[in-house]
Amino acid sequence: MLPKNKIEEDIAIQVNGISKAYRIGLEEVKHDTLGSALVSFFKKPLRNLKRLKGLSKFNGFESSDIYWANKDITFNVKKGEVLGIIGKNGAGKSTLLKILSKITDPTEGQILIKGKVASLLEVGTGFNPELTGRENVYLNGTILGMTKKEIDSKFNEIVEFSGIPKFIDTPVKRYSSGMKVRLAFAVAAFLEPDILIIDEVLAVGDAEFQKKCLGKMKEISGNNGRTVLFVSHDLAAVGALCDRVVLLNKGSISDVGLPPDMIKKYLSSNNYVNEADYSDYKGSGDWLLTGINLLANDKRDENVIWQTGNSVIINLKYITKVFGKSPYVILLIKDSFGNTPFFCFSKVAFNGEISLKDIGEINIEIPKLPLLPGSYSIDVTFKYGRDTSYAKESIIDFEVHKGDFFGTGRLDDGLVNSVLVEQKWSFND
Amino acid sequence: MDNITIIEPRKSSNKINFKEIYRYKDLLYFMVLRDVTVIYKQSVLGFAWALINPVFSMLVFSIVFGKLAGVPSDGIPYPIFSYAALIPWTYFANTLNASGSSLISSAGLFTKVYFPRLIIPLTPVLSKLIDFSISFVILILLMFYYQYMPTMKLFLIPLLILILLLATAGLGFWLSSLAIQYRDVKFGITFAVPLLMYAAPVVFPASLILEKYGTTAYHIYGLYPLTGVIEGFRAAVISTKEIPWDLIGISLIGAILLFIIGLNVFNKLESNFADVA
Repeated sequence: MLPKNKIEEDIAIQVNGISKAYRIGLEEVKHDTLGSALVSFFKKPLRNLKRLKGLSKFNGFESSDIYWANKDITFNVKKGEVLGIIGKNGAGKSTLLKILSKITDPTEGQILIKGKVASLLEVGTGFNPELTGRENVYLNGTILGMTKKEIDSKFNEIVEFSGIPKFIDTPVKRYSSGMKVRLAFAVAAFLEPDILIIDEVLAVGDAEFQKKCLGKMKEISGNNGRTVLFVSHDLAAVGALCDRVVLLNKGSISDVGLPPDMIKKYLSSNNYVNEADYSDYKGSGDWLLTGINLLANDKRDENVIWQTGNSVIINLKYITKVFGKSPYVILLIKDSFGNTPFFCFSKVAFNGEISLKDIGEINIEIPKLPLLPGSYSIDVTFKYGRDTSYAKESIIDFEVHKGDFFGTGRLDDGLVNSVLVEQKWSFND
Repeated sequence: MDNITIIEPRKSSNKINFKEIYRYKDLLYFMVLRDVTVIYKQSVLGFAWALINPVFSMLVFSIVFGKLAGVPSDGIPYPIFSYAALIPWTYFANTLNASGSSLISSAGLFTKVYFPRLIIPLTPVLSKLIDFSISFVILILLMFYYQYMPTMKLFLIPLLILILLLATAGLGFWLSSLAIQYRDVKFGITFAVPLLMYAAPVVFPASLILEKYGTTAYHIYGLYPLTGVIEGFRAAVISTKEIPWDLIGISLIGAILLFIIGLNVFNKLESNFADVA
């Protein structure tokens, strides 16, 4: 351990054992008599006072209503490094960034930061709808820590980068949401800190502008050796931008390493496929489903994560007592709105004789999963001719994760009710 | 070697970082500018609203207290007597309302980005000075109407404004930092401000306290900073009234105390704002 307040030459941020406690609400006591309710009514102000006071005071850390958003977090960020932080919702990513940005104090631990920090936890903080674009650039810029002089000198570049010079003297309330984001990000892009802390801000704006911002970020970190701390759910962006990734789990560091390893570990630590439910089928029962598994590629790992664009396999296990007729297998893939983005039907998709044994497996491979991120379920129907042997709705629920379908490194998850199809673009002048 | 920032659990002995506040002076400037630009946007009367409140209060007070109740006014015509008091009072009341709830309404700001939070309650203290200045127009008209010629005593006004600013800012810091954790304070302000007006010598002269309760009570009364400010304002514009130096001095002490207490309470509670907001 280094002496206090000393930091090695090539380190930009040194996080030593950071913990953060929050007080969570205690259960309200229910009253079953008028008397106790009345007493409680008059005691309530006192209880409220205790509760509100408790928000900021911790006497000993053993109390049951204390929640540790961060627990004993230690890591270093090297100068010029782009460090990603990933983890599930509630893993403590945002809390950690808030502590690093000085928005909230840690409960324990110490952080040493060398250089000027700018944090971007939200795009367009402090934008006022009544003010013009120009006025908001100055207001937002100074909130982010720039001086008027700095903004004066960069003003033209900021406006140009935003791509909306025509509207710069129009009140922001007349802007479209896209224009607002462009202007706000343009201000942020011209901050010149030694260390930049970013939370999910790339998730806004259209794809073209996102690309522009990613480029700008690369420029920021690449050319000037700027240190960047980057929280995102967009694993593709994390993989593309970061040098190293911290994986958080339940408020603590679960691992630190190279982006591909950490992303893999993150994905495999989450079991997104729910237990299948085989009971209560409809039909004669001549054919019975005994197992359904969602697999990735040819690997027989069960219950892996399905990502958009991945090659996946639906594996069905069955028992049957009828042979020789011509059977159909129908799988309907349903989204959470009850739509059917696609289906698998043996009659049209499989060219050949189906000959079943009494016990067997059916594998349906989908080379490129066209589903957007979200929750889905599968209906399975098995028919011999016209007779339904087996029909079961929502036998299994599963989650599709963000992935890179087009191989462009980008995925707009703003669309719903649709599937992705392969496409080739060309532009002729 | 670069500057090293240390982030640690806050100790109660932490000093107020004035250097940092100074570094963010441009932010304060633009926040004040925002308030001033936005306040009367999309209103027909615009800045005339800055006059409507004190002028109508003056008219009502002149009728109710001056005519009907016959409240003494040190021999000064009641309209100018009450208007001279209403200028600092209106500023104090409006600023306290805005400043006290400023942290609550800016929670979206300081939970997303760090800057010295003191700027938030400080903004209305400065931006409300615009309304304050505008309301002087009527005072000047009243002076002409009642033929009180301006004297050297007008130079007292900057000192009075200083007392007013210190007291208002101090209370604003104090109340805003409590209101973010205990919303009762916000409701309390709307409830207490009208009462505080009757506690200040707005509708009656401070000399009434001297007459009824004696010198000691009169001087203790001066600790309420608005007392010295209001009586000082009257003396500054009314050539025949003597400057109550004792009251002004005591009020200055009261204002400085309020400012120091407010600043320290704010500084002590600041680290919790993002957690309790």
